[in-house]
Amino acid sequence: MTSLPSQPSLKKMGLVIDLDTCVGCHACVVACKGWNTENYGAPLADKDAYGAEPVGSFLNRIHSYEVTPEVGPAQTVHFPKSCLHCEDAPCVTVCPTGASYKRVEDGIVLVNESDCIGCGLCAWACPYGAREMDPVEKVMKKCTLCVDRIYNDNLPEVDQVPACVRTCPAGARHFGDLGDAESDVSKLVAERGGFDLMPEQGTKPVNQYLPPRPRDAWVAEEDDDTQIDVLAPFLAPVAEEPKGFFGWLDKALERL
Amino acid sequence: MTQPALDTSPPVSDEIRKTTCYMCACRCGINVHLKGGKLAYIEGNRDHPVNRGVLCAKGSAGIMQALAPSRLRAPLKRTGPRGSGEFEEISWEEALSLATDWLAPVRAKDPSKLAFFTGRDQSQSFTSMWAQGFGTPNYAAHGGFCSVNMAAAGIYTMGGAFWEFGQPDWDRTKLFMIFGVAEDHDSNPIKIGLGKLKARGAKVIGVNPVRSGYNAIADEWVGITPGTDGLFILSLVHCLIKAGKVDLEYLGRFTNAPVLVNEDPNSDEFGMFLRGEDGEPLVIDRATGKPAGVLAEGVQPDLAGQLRRAGVTHRTVFQQMAERYLSEDYAPEAVAARCGLTPARIRRIAAELARVAFDEAIVIDQPWTDFRGKRHEKMTGRPVSFHAMRGISAHSNGFQTARALHVLQILLGSVEVPGGFRFKPPYPKPSWAHPKPHCKSTPGQALDGPHLGFVQGPEDLALDDQGQPARIDKAFTWENPMSAHGLMHMVISNAHAGDPYKIDTLFMYMANMSWNSSMNTRGVHDMLTDQDENGDYVIPRIIYSDAYSSEMVAYADLVLPDTTYLERHDCISLLDRPICEADAVADAIRWPVIEPDRDVRGFQSVLVDLGARLGLPGFVNDDGSAKYRDYADYITNHIRRPGVGPLAGWRGKDEQGAGRGEPNPDQLDRYIENGGFWMEHVPEEAAFYKPWNTAYQDWAVEKGFFDKPAPYLFQLYVEPMRKFQRAAEGLGERQPPDHLRDRLKQTMDPLPIWYPPEAMGTGNFSPSQSDEDAEYPIHALSQRPMAMYHSWGSQNAWLRQIHGRNPLYVPTDIWVANGFAEGDWAQVSSPHGAITVPVAHMAALNPHTVWTWNAIGKRKGAWALDNDAPEATKGFLLNHIIHELLPPKGDGLRWANSDPVTGQAAWFDLRVRIEKVPAPAEAQPVLPPIASPVGRGPDVVRQKVRQD
Repeated sequence: MTSLPSQPSLKKMGLVIDLDTCVGCHACVVACKGWNTENYGAPLADKDAYGAEPVGSFLNRIHSYEVTPEVGPAQTVHFPKSCLHCEDAPCVTVCPTGASYKRVEDGIVLVNESDCIGCGLCAWACPYGAREMDPVEKVMKKCTLCVDRIYNDNLPEVDQVPACVRTCPAGARHFGDLGDAESDVSKLVAERGGFDLMPEQGTKPVNQYLPPRPRDAWVAEEDDDTQIDVLAPFLAPVAEEPKGFFGWLDKALERL
Repeated sequence: MTQPALDTSPPVSDEIRKTTCYMCACRCGINVHLKGGKLAYIEGNRDHPVNRGVLCAKGSAGIMQALAPSRLRAPLKRTGPRGSGEFEEISWEEALSLATDWLAPVRAKDPSKLAFFTGRDQSQSFTSMWAQGFGTPNYAAHGGFCSVNMAAAGIYTMGGAFWEFGQPDWDRTKLFMIFGVAEDHDSNPIKIGLGKLKARGAKVIGVNPVRSGYNAIADEWVGITPGTDGLFILSLVHCLIKAGKVDLEYLGRFTNAPVLVNEDPNSDEFGMFLRGEDGEPLVIDRATGKPAGVLAEGVQPDLAGQLRRAGVTHRTVFQQMAERYLSEDYAPEAVAARCGLTPARIRRIAAELARVAFDEAIVIDQPWTDFRGKRHEKMTGRPVSFHAMRGISAHSNGFQTARALHVLQILLGSVEVPGGFRFKPPYPKPSWAHPKPHCKSTPGQALDGPHLGFVQGPEDLALDDQGQPARIDKAFTWENPMSAHGLMHMVISNAHAGDPYKIDTLFMYMANMSWNSSMNTRGVHDMLTDQDENGDYVIPRIIYSDAYSSEMVAYADLVLPDTTYLERHDCISLLDRPICEADAVADAIRWPVIEPDRDVRGFQSVLVDLGARLGLPGFVNDDGSAKYRDYADYITNHIRRPGVGPLAGWRGKDEQGAGRGEPNPDQLDRYIENGGFWMEHVPEEAAFYKPWNTAYQDWAVEKGFFDKPAPYLFQLYVEPMRKFQRAAEGLGERQPPDHLRDRLKQTMDPLPIWYPPEAMGTGNFSPSQSDEDAEYPIHALSQRPMAMYHSWGSQNAWLRQIHGRNPLYVPTDIWVANGFAEGDWAQVSSPHGAITVPVAHMAALNPHTVWTWNAIGKRKGAWALDNDAPEATKGFLLNHIIHELLPPKGDGLRWANSDPVTGQAAWFDLRVRIEKVPAPAEAQPVLPPIASPVGRGPDVVRQKVRQD
């Protein structure tokens, strides 16, 4: 069994993912695959790549859900999911070899592949399903928060962010220190009501999700005849008959 | 416990080469990282105007495309029967000699026997020049089966449409409405824009039968019934006019709303503009009360003007519009049910448009001067904006629907103003500033002019001396007069039928016409393989160029293997479909950031070579020698007009030319140094009101977009359409065939109309008819996933793991009514046939609509996939149940399954019925496998460049 750091790190690097803005385009999924197959550890392999059951390791995937509210139409939510770099990471404590560990300096959870025996216990322990066994290398793969980008002096400073954040076209992914209440990401979480994924699991995830803003707010208003229609004046007819309309037009043109 | 030592600063790559993506049509800038000369990683280019650093899933997966096992390896000559996929590899010399031997006699005898159609070509200004030099009238790219309705309606109405023509003012707009979209049409820019709106808390309304992608994050989702968008839009127009919530000042100054129209049905000029002696349309000048030319200096056009001349009443376009759209036929109560909406919803949206446009107007302190010489101290914006693409245009009422949307924007005064919709230079450009179609073919000679263009009346149709279609696709004929992009989807069936004539050689590029890009896929296979009584193929020769082992390859006699996009030169040219932004003019290149490891050549360089071998004008010098070494040489040295060439940047010996200048031999190097693109910003005074702003007009002349200032007015009323109605009424020399007269009268209305998509099957254009179809009650659509581009994505080891399957998504009511459960299959039938496919439940869907992902289904043997790949066993195409012709009407005639104005393929008019059936082993129909000319892909992909 493996220990977590005795003290949680002050610095808690992580992602803030905006579910109001994510269009489910999978850009982050593939940018992650591209960077991490070329960098940290063994390449992210794909088995049966052109066949019946292609199975590849990905560190980040998008799940799409439907939500049907009591009032209004069904909604679609795109939910990107990767390792949440939990404070109390059960995947670390369950590791029999010490391969899984949480960095003391920034809280990033990593797998030291040379010590990983591919037993898969960590994947069972993770309540989020955020770890995947590489189908060829048979070592456990997970989000590294692009630890080889975010401190990489060979990259321009602006690019020292995870590949998924750099590529996200809609700007739905944010990166920063969630241990610093004054950081941009912490402020965003406070402002938008960011939440822990499955808090009941007690894992204290570092990554935060921003909830979708309420959708289809007009539907209830449209259905409610008792409400005063504040927009009605905007559609008040200038005249009831076409002839009256032209009378209005003449006057309106005079005013121009 | 100690942590392992970790190198957090590893070297990223040896070199970054910057070029342009081609994983879809969006043309983002990419940084290609190389290690030891090998592809290592692709990311977005932060400096690039299109994507500003971000990149979509397709773009990031480019490395898997460049390494795909499906890449063709060498020229192929058919050895087995057509469609078998059996080929032998041959040398380029043999391939090019063969092509020359086939094509030279065609050119000498009758160039029109060559049909040259270039698919998803991004070099149309070049390929069209080749076709023009060859002398065939039969040239177009894929616009006819894509989104020509949107483009043509935009050009005719206001000088441009969405995407390449213009964009919402993302930084200022406060209310954004997006209608049915094909995701690759401005993919990353729309996502960037939506992100900006979300960050500002601006409102997004999504209008789409399917709530996926952009509609998932829309604040308000309008799950409209397919094909009724035009009716919905005209109802919004009704509400806005009735409430006087239209921008009268804007309409009076910048549109043809005040132009006087002949209102006497007994006059030969009925419906035509009243014109002055110089031919300019007349308005009443509010200052004098007298008629005056609409463009004249100092005129204040009167929207309420009237003039009686020679006993004929003339009233303004605006008065006609008010009368038409104030009709209760367009009231929300009259249309809501047909649209699958409620009257309250339509009113709410209209009210919100009115509120934001007029109560939240934005003002920028930027003086400017209009073309009438009037100086304006400020720029006033109506911060509502729109975007739409194939969802509303791929219907048989798509042209008029797209027109309605453009007219709605103009009525709100939101085009070319802050917060509204903004054109991207070199647009806007009105229809009459574009070429007209040319079709005069002469043995051994070039065509008499450009193939494609914008007709201004029946006199511009591409008809021969007998009044028959001059083009194999029947573009620019009475069946579809304004077919500005041609009709690539009709070429094979027309060539097979010999209607209007037989051809000798079909030459195609980058379009999977034997699979997902054709209607009636199996029928197309029969047409491509059909033999006459002598055992010769009815379409005698087929040459095809593609980079990959697509389904179409199997049907070619000669295959010219193209490179991947990372191995080639290209120019994304201002002469063509440029990458500009509203604030900047820009163009870009591709260049070989890696060298091909196969015996393949860029298709454009092959055309340069073939052009020289055939002695085509523009491709040979006076002494008959080849004019260009390859496509890169053409890009650098071709001159289209004095000082204007394919690329605008770094022109001239001093490299200072921006837009105009002599060729610069080092131009491509300058592009490469600059990250693969060139860009120059629009001056601030010229940023808005482009068609009317003298500062913009002068700047555009300086840049070479046009040769003298050419201000113009938006065309709410499209007079050229009225000319076709007049012909249908019997006026004029060129007369339509009788069986099309009524249709032309109905559909060529110069003001936007809506008719049900079923009208093309029934001949009944009345908007009030019921849409109930007892036999085929359900609408069926396909849409493209964000992580795929037409058929290309499935050969990509990474992307196919994201979208490897395409169930038919079924809404709740239909799901329940059929007793479907997870894992079930359904037979889906249309008047044309049936398919059997897996189903899945989706609640966020219009209740009368089923849909699936486009082009996931693959034929066994294609794309180097295994025969048991899910794309080939569970994947399917709706194309099998869509026919290029509609069933016979009462008169026995069959109309094309196309828009009657432009000929655009009406993919989304499909109606079906579905029923639960026992699960078959595979999706039906199952077609026999084709032999793979490239073998199969490897079992394992482990991409990592190892550096020793």
